[in-house]
Formats: sequence, C-alpha cells, structure tokens
Amino acid sequence: MAGIPLLSLAIWIPILGGLLVLAVGGNDRNVPLARVTSLFAAALGFAVTLPLWFQFDAGTSALQFVEIRDWIPRYSVRYHLGVDGISMPFVLLNSFVTLIVVIAGWQVIRERVAQYMAAFLIMSGIINGIFSAMDAVLFYVFFEASLIPLYLIIGIWGGPNRVYAAIKFFLYTLAGSLLMLVALLYLFYASNGSFEILDWHRLPLDLRTQQLLFLAFLVAFAVKVPMWPVHTWLPDAHVEAPTGGSVVLAAIALKLGAYGFLRFSLPIAPDASMSFQWLMVTLSLIAVVYIGFVALVQEDMKKLVAYSSIAHMGFVTLGFFLFNRLGVEGAIVQMISHGFVSGAMFLCIGVLYDRMHSRRIADYGGVVNVMPKFAAFFLLFAMANSGLPATSGFVGEFMVALAAVKTNFWIGFVAATTLILGAAYSLWMYKRVVFGPVANEHVAALEDIGAREFWMLAVLAFFVLLLGVYPAPLLDVMHASVDELLRHVAAGKLH
Amino acid sequence: MSAMNEMKTLYLLVPFAPLLGSIVAGLFGRWVGRRGAHTVTILGVLVSFLASIAIYFDVQAGNTFNGPLYVWGTSDGLSFEVGFLIDPLTVMMMLVVTFVSLMVHIYTIGYMADDPGYTRFFSYISLFTFSMLMLVMANNFLQLFFGWEAVGLVSYLLIGFWYTRPSAIYANLKAFLVNRVGDFGFLLGIGLVAAYAGSLDYVEVFAKAEHLAGLTETVTGWPLVTAICIALFVGAMGKSAQVPLHVWLPDSMEGPTPISALIHAATMVTAGIFMVARMSPLFELSDTALSFVLIIGATTALFMGFLGIVQNDIKRVVAYSTLSQLGYMTVALGASAYSAAVFHLMTHAFFKALLFLAAGSVIIGMHHDQDMRNMGGLRKYMPVTWITALIGSLALIGTPFFSGFYSKDTIIEAVAEANVFGAGYAYFCVLAGVFVTAFYTFRMYFLVFHGEERFGKAHHGHEAHGHDEHHGLAPGEKPHESPPVVTVPLVLLAIPSVVIGYFTIEPMLYGGWFGDAIQVLAEKHPAMAHLAEQFHGPLAMALHGFTTAPFWLALAGVVFAWFCYLVRPQVPEFFARTFRPIYVLLENKYYFDRFNEVVFAGGARLLGRFLWQIGDRTIIDGAVVNGSASMVGELAAAARTLQSGRLYHYAFAMIVGMVVLLWFIYGGH
Repeated sequence: MAGIPLLSLAIWIPILGGLLVLAVGGNDRNVPLARVTSLFAAALGFAVTLPLWFQFDAGTSALQFVEIRDWIPRYSVRYHLGVDGISMPFVLLNSFVTLIVVIAGWQVIRERVAQYMAAFLIMSGIINGIFSAMDAVLFYVFFEASLIPLYLIIGIWGGPNRVYAAIKFFLYTLAGSLLMLVALLYLFYASNGSFEILDWHRLPLDLRTQQLLFLAFLVAFAVKVPMWPVHTWLPDAHVEAPTGGSVVLAAIALKLGAYGFLRFSLPIAPDASMSFQWLMVTLSLIAVVYIGFVALVQEDMKKLVAYSSIAHMGFVTLGFFLFNRLGVEGAIVQMISHGFVSGAMFLCIGVLYDRMHSRRIADYGGVVNVMPKFAAFFLLFAMANSGLPATSGFVGEFMVALAAVKTNFWIGFVAATTLILGAAYSLWMYKRVVFGPVANEHVAALEDIGAREFWMLAVLAFFVLLLGVYPAPLLDVMHASVDELLRHVAAGKLH
Repeated sequence: MSAMNEMKTLYLLVPFAPLLGSIVAGLFGRWVGRRGAHTVTILGVLVSFLASIAIYFDVQAGNTFNGPLYVWGTSDGLSFEVGFLIDPLTVMMMLVVTFVSLMVHIYTIGYMADDPGYTRFFSYISLFTFSMLMLVMANNFLQLFFGWEAVGLVSYLLIGFWYTRPSAIYANLKAFLVNRVGDFGFLLGIGLVAAYAGSLDYVEVFAKAEHLAGLTETVTGWPLVTAICIALFVGAMGKSAQVPLHVWLPDSMEGPTPISALIHAATMVTAGIFMVARMSPLFELSDTALSFVLIIGATTALFMGFLGIVQNDIKRVVAYSTLSQLGYMTVALGASAYSAAVFHLMTHAFFKALLFLAAGSVIIGMHHDQDMRNMGGLRKYMPVTWITALIGSLALIGTPFFSGFYSKDTIIEAVAEANVFGAGYAYFCVLAGVFVTAFYTFRMYFLVFHGEERFGKAHHGHEAHGHDEHHGLAPGEKPHESPPVVTVPLVLLAIPSVVIGYFTIEPMLYGGWFGDAIQVLAEKHPAMAHLAEQFHGPLAMALHGFTTAPFWLALAGVVFAWFCYLVRPQVPEFFARTFRPIYVLLENKYYFDRFNEVVFAGGARLLGRFLWQIGDRTIIDGAVVNGSASMVGELAAAARTLQSGRLYHYAFAMIVGMVVLLWFIYGGH
C-alpha cells in the first residue's frame, strides 16, 4: 500500500464525492441517486481511512502517511499532510461519523437532499484536512473552510431560529480564529519564513511571546471546544441544527479546538502553557460544575445534551493541562468516546424529533411503553453519558479523574462531581422522557425504531461498549505521540 | 499446569455463564420465550454455582489464584487490568452470591408468573449475578469499581422494573444518584491509591500499605491511609446504605420482591462490607478511619432499627431490618472484626433472603397487598411460608443455635472488646439494637401470621402505601399457600439459616480459614484474638448464649411484641399518642428525605436555573455577546446619521475639518 496517498484520499474522496452528489442530484433532480451516491462516497471515504489504523506504527511518534508537495513556493506554503497517534484516530472517527450521518438523513431529509448530503461530505473531507494538515496555512484554510458547510447546514435545514443561531455560530468562531491568524503570521516571520508546524515546535521563543501566542490560540480554540465562558453559541447552534448537523457538531467539530491545543498551544508555547495552567484548569472545572448544573435544568433535550457536551469537553481540557500521560491520554479517549456518545445521544433525540417534532422534555413521558427497543439504546447511551464503567464514557473520565487527584486532590475532588452531575442530568431526563405511563396520545402513537435506525444505533452501541471494555488498542496507538508531546512540553523552550 | 488451566476455565465460567444467560434472555427473549428464558438463565447460574463449589474445594486444598484476564489499558506506568483474585474470602462470596441467586431465579418463576416483563426480569437478575461476581472476584480496584457501578446499574433497572409506576421510577433515580454520591468518594479513594501506590492491583497496594501509612497527602496534609480509607468507605456507605446515604434502600422496595431479596438484602448491599473487609490491610493502619466506620455503623444499626417499628408495609419492615443489620456488619468492621462482619454477611444473606422471599410469598397469597394491617392469622393458610418465616425471624433476632446468633453475638462481643474511639457508643447501640430487632421482627411475625384475620375486608382508613389500586383479597376470599417453585427455595434457604452458623463459626472466625485475605494487627486491635481465647466450640457458645444480656434483650423484645400486638392491641396506639413527637419523627424517617429533597434536589435545580438564566443568558449572552453585537449596530446607526445627504451638513463639516487641520498645522506657533 506504500505510495498510496491515503490522507489525500481521505480528504478528497468526500469532497469530490460531495460535488458529484450535487451534480447528479442538485435541486432534487434525482433524489434516490443522490442518496446512493452519497452513501457510496461516505463508505469509500471511510474505507480509505481503515489502512491508517491497521498500518499505523504505534512504536514511533513521528508523522506517518506523510505527503509533501509545494503549494505556494513563494511563501514556502506546502501541501504537507501527516498523522501521528494523536490525530490518526480522529480521521477515522470523522469518516465513520460521516457515514452514520448520511444514513441518519436517509429518509428524514426530503428537500434539497443533494445539497444536504454534499454539505456533510465536503465537511468531512475538510475536517480530515484539519486533522492531517502539517502546514499552518493549509491548516488554517481547512479550519476556516469547515465553518462554511456547518453554517449552511444550520442555516438551511435548521429550526425556526436558525438564522440567529447560524450567525452567532459563525461570528463567534470567526472572531476567535482571526487572532489565531495573527499568531500564525507572527510565527511565520519569527521562524524566518516557515509555515511548517513542526518547525514552530522547535522554534525558541521567550516567555512573553509564548504567552501572547498562547492567548491568541486560546481564543480561537476555546471558542471551538467550547470552554466556559465562550460556550453560549453551542446550545443555540445545536437546538437549531438538524440531527445530522448536531451529530457532526458534537462528535467532530468540538474536537477541532481541543486538537488545536495539542498541535499548537502546548508544543509551540510550552512554558506559557505551564504558566497558564491555573487558568486552564479553573476554566475546565467551571465547565464541569457550572455547566453540569445548567444542563440539569434544561427543558429542551438537545440543549441538555449540548450543555452536557460542554461539561464533557471540560474534562478534555482539564486532562490536557494536567501535563501527565494519564490526563492527556484520558482526555483524548474522552474526545473519541464523546464522539460516539454525544453523536448517539443526538441521533436518539433525532429519532424522537422525527416522530413528534418536539424536543421539549415535557412533551414526552412513557416512551418505553411504545418504543422498547429505542428505550434500550437510549438507556445505554444515557448511561455512557453519565460515565458508567464498561461504556466508553467511563474510560476518559476515570483516567482524567485519577490524573487530577494525582496532581492536586482538590482538582480531583471538583472534577469527580461529574459522577453525580452527569448521572443527574442524563438520568433525570431519561426518567421524564422514557419512563412512566404513556403521557399523551402523541406518545401513544409513536412507532418503535425501524431497521435503518436500529442498525445505526447498534453500530454506535457496539463501539461504545467495545471502547469501554477494551480501550487498550486505542491507548496503545497514542502512547508514543503523547510521550513525545509531554517530553517536549516538560523540556520547555527557555534555555 | 493443565490443572491450573482447568481452574482458570472454571473461574471464567463463574461470572460468564450468567452473563451468557442474561444476553440470551435479554436480546433473544422473543425467540426463546418465557420457558427458554428461565431455563437458560437458571442453567447459567447453576453452572456458576457448581463451578463455585468446585473452586471452594480447590481453595480448601490450599490453591489460591491471583492473575490478570486481560490488560484493559495502560497509561503513565499504570496497568489497568481485568483479573481474578481467588482466595477464601472470594470463594465464600461466590458461594453466597450464586446460591442465593439460584434460589431467587427459581422463586421468580412463581413470583413473576403473570408479569409481561418475565424474560426481561430474568435477563436482569442474571446480569446482576454476573456483575456481582465480577465485583467479588476482582483482583484490582478498577474491576472492583466496574462491578460496583454495574450492580448499581442493574439495581437501577430492577427498582424501576415496573416503569409505569411513578414511585418506582422516582426510587430508581434516587437510588442511582445516592449511590453516585458514594461513588464520588470511592473514585477519590481509588485516585489516591493510584497516585501514591502507583498501582491498582490489590496485592501490590497492600504490599505498600506500611509505606503508605507513613505518608501524608501532599495538598491537604491529611494522613494518607486515613484519607484513602474514609474515601473508600464513603463508597461503601452508598452501596451498603449507611447513614446518611441510606435513604435509597427503603425506596428500593418498589422493585419486585425477588430482587429485594437478592440485591437489596443478600448480596449487592453487602458489597460495601465485602470491600472494607477486602481492604483490611489498609483499614488496620488507620484508627481514625476505623472509628468513623464504627460510629456510622452503630448509628445505622440502632436508628434504622427504630424505623422498622413504625412501618406497616411488610417489605419495608424487612428493608429497615436490612439497614440495621448492615449497620451491625459495619460496626464489626470498625471493631477490626472483619471476619465477624463477613460471617454475619453470610448468615444474614441466607436468613434475610429467606425473610424477603417469605414476605414475597405472603404478598402473593394476599394478592399483592403488602399492608400488614390487612393480614393476620396467615399461619393456617400458608403453613410452609409460616414455618420458614418463623425460622428466618428467629435467626434474625439471634436465637441461640440459629445462624444469626453466632454472627451477631460475635459482633457484640467484639465491639465490647474494641478500643478505638466510639467503641462505648457502638456497644450501647448494638446492644439496644438487639431489643429493637426482636421487637420489630416479632411485631411483623405476629401481625402477619397470628391474631385476628383482617384480610378480605374492604379496607379503608389506611393511608395508601404507594400504589395498590387493584391489589388485595376480595371480601370473603382466603389467602393460599404459594406454589412449590416459591416454597422450595424457602425451605432450601431455611436450612442454612438454621445450621450454617453452627458449622462454620469455628473455621471462619477462629480457625484462620481466611488466611491472608483478612489481616488484623492483633497487638493494636486484639478484639478477635481475645474472643478466640474464650471460644470453646459452637455448642458451648450457644449454651452460654442463654445467660447473656443479648438473649434476654431479644426475649424481652419478643414478649413485648407479643403483648403489644396479640394481647393488648391498644398498647401501640397508646404509645403513639403519648410519645407523639417521637412517633412523628419516626414516621417521617428523621426527615432525611425531606431534607434531601429540599436542600440537595431543590438546591441543585435552583442553582442550575440561576447559573443558566443569570450567568449564561443575562451576563454572557445578554451583556457580552448580544451587547457587543448591538454596540456595533448602534455605532453604525450613529455613523449613518452623519450621512444625511444635505449639502450644507457636508459643507459645515468640511469647514470644521479645515479649521481643525489648520489649527494643527499652525496652532503650535
């Protein structure tokens, strides 16, 4: 397989596939063909990422599957792709989720089908680009481009307040990334004209400069994660987004900011990262506790899960800034797990929304009586969301919590409240929606999930359980890269 | 070598046979049907029980095992494993769990016969058996935590088994959340172990116990082992329902009776006791932690017993009795009498499962009426249930020669010998608890099986306990004895309830049967060593038992109950009237539930709303986000007004501009 540009394929198959879908089915010319083409493109896009996993050499922290071509030689901008043990799993996750999203929208989306599917496919390719770009300009282009499909998905297929949500989302994240652009340009000059991210990792910088760069990156990435207090765009975006949009948003888009910390902030400004540890840990803990309480009182299921996403991402940023292997690896596992679990939660809410056209918890009650199969899946995912052992949701939280106790007992103490809060908001919602007697005639008329929905949820359930029972393979993939990263951060740049 | 591999296969069989049964009944229940579901699950548990017996003989022969099954994950030098530790403590728990589970599986055929969720129920109880076995067979903290939470999950599912009942789905959420509060402490304890011992493997951690005892927690400055033990014990308080985390257990009676017997009496709730006994090498090193355990346990033992007196729901009496007995076990742990705690755990598993299943049989006979005020005189109609319930009751109150006598008397003696802070208080509590136990137990016994036949009347005037709309016997209808699938398990549980103590006390407590599984520093905590000197065989102990205070207290309790409920039924009324405040306090369960509802549940919702409405909406969104957006808009609007389109405005602005510019250029001179 050597010589096959797998990462380019992972990027361009979905993008070209998306354009093809538009060509064959634009303006609802041929909806079935558009669907089949999308499924084919998504499946092929996922298939080409599989060798990344199976041929990955876990023994090294060096970049793998590298591709380098000149792009804009005058500014030494290069088309440089490569993945390490940190980014590779996300390429797979993203391509997998795209496949799920195409299946999820199969019958539900009836208008502008080709555009809808194309948006997700193009988005998928762009995100693979973000996770594999090793040239800063390439990264930035992908990073910003990823806003556009998501903006369209929310703005076109969204709910009644979609325009406000879409613009809020767009401005929030765009404002964040402008500062990052400044930081990238500074680094370009400081490194005598290189856009190679790896060169920047080695670039000596004094503490003051590092801190300014760190803060510039922080604004960009914190909005994406999102961290408290720049999180308020997320619940609005989720509420208005169609199911597929929420899935991609939660499962993938939130990971971009967190990934940015690992690829830019920590290695480029290691000493600044250390010096801002107190800030990052504090913001993360606020996200866990504050947002946990806010999630508890939500009346809209999607908002509840959106808030719970923020709390879970708080664990991710907490894990990063503990600067030990357990914390960082736990955080990465948490990111992957959150991709499955939050994606599944939004799919479950989508299943209900497709039938009832309501996301209000108060409109439900007693769903288990009419949808027992669905109730079983939903329970599994709700339990995973509250971090039950043997589900993927446990692994990351457990590792980060152990790392937190090791760093400082009180950090661990605050972080561990997630055990109570996570269970409280997930299961209280579950109780009100699923348990109880049939609440009204709309609930009574609900039909249980069909084969398409069943298998979609079953595949996710499989991964949630597999990762919960046997996370070792995933951990083994990232050891070398995380080790290298932490060695680099610990060494610092101030000699 | 091959013998080793054979044993390993057996070890695997023990938890995974019930898991397989659970999966078949749960996922393929529709295809295998009701008969298929109960056959496959019972077979699974039977295999598990037989394998446990085989392992028991192997352990008797001196073979223990400690090894991994697979590596769950590694990070930062920690290896997270799934593996088994097979020693006498484990194998005893395996026998208790699989035997009681088997009885409950069989009993369920009768109890759940008419329930539409039949296959689902079998799937759950087999899943529970798997989880509980993973918990007791663990050789490390990760797997312990896994089993710990998994049994919590199944408990959640089973309490809410009748998911259309509001009281059931309230109770299961409450149970899960209260347990999570305990798990919060448990996780911190595990975190401290991982941080300071650098391992989660029991044997490795215990090997470093002495070293850990010399350390203090760096950030808080607490003595490390004390911090670890108390944090772990908070987990035990949740799972084993110790005050103040006991509030979920009485409500858990909303679940079907078979699981009340299996999960909320015999096995799951004793997980905390088992865990502390397993951690004896750590707890021995902290007198502070032992005192904490002792005082919490003593409080639970006595004060939860009081609540049993005022209950009218037959299952709730047994539930409070379980709380109180768990308190006894905890007291024993605090008195460094770990083996006595585990011994009581075992005897209690038999006689309490028996009492619960007997209560269930009564409930079947009464057509799902659980109110004891509608019963009376049932001994005529349900002879097997009557005799077995009597045996269970006698065992519970500690009648000499019965199993409960040996375990409870040992605990009381051990507490008398204990020397950590709070031992005096604990001794008073466990002694007073004997009278209370005897009183509420025989109050229940007399109300149900003796006296006037109060069933078959139109019952009104009683406050409805929960949800029995269509329950109870019709006027003139008589209760009937339950079918053999119900009574045979009763008989099979009644036998060990009588004899198990007599035959096992000597090896378990004084024969060193537990070996290294339970470690006591005899110089520091000599209680069990003293008892060993005074022990002259089970016969002598029982005969001596007739002359001691606990026996007379128990007898007084029985006589008092007989007097109050059979001889002079107006006496309880009189007490309730005279000591009204106390009665109201007991009726309201010391207001724990009210307090939790208002302060914790209400407070959390209030805080959540405040943070959401004020923090997110008003400040972040209102002032900052939309504020800056509207500021841009306002600036633009202001700038727009300058563009009026009128020529003289522009001309005027130009003149002003010129003047300012000229002033800038020449103004300085």
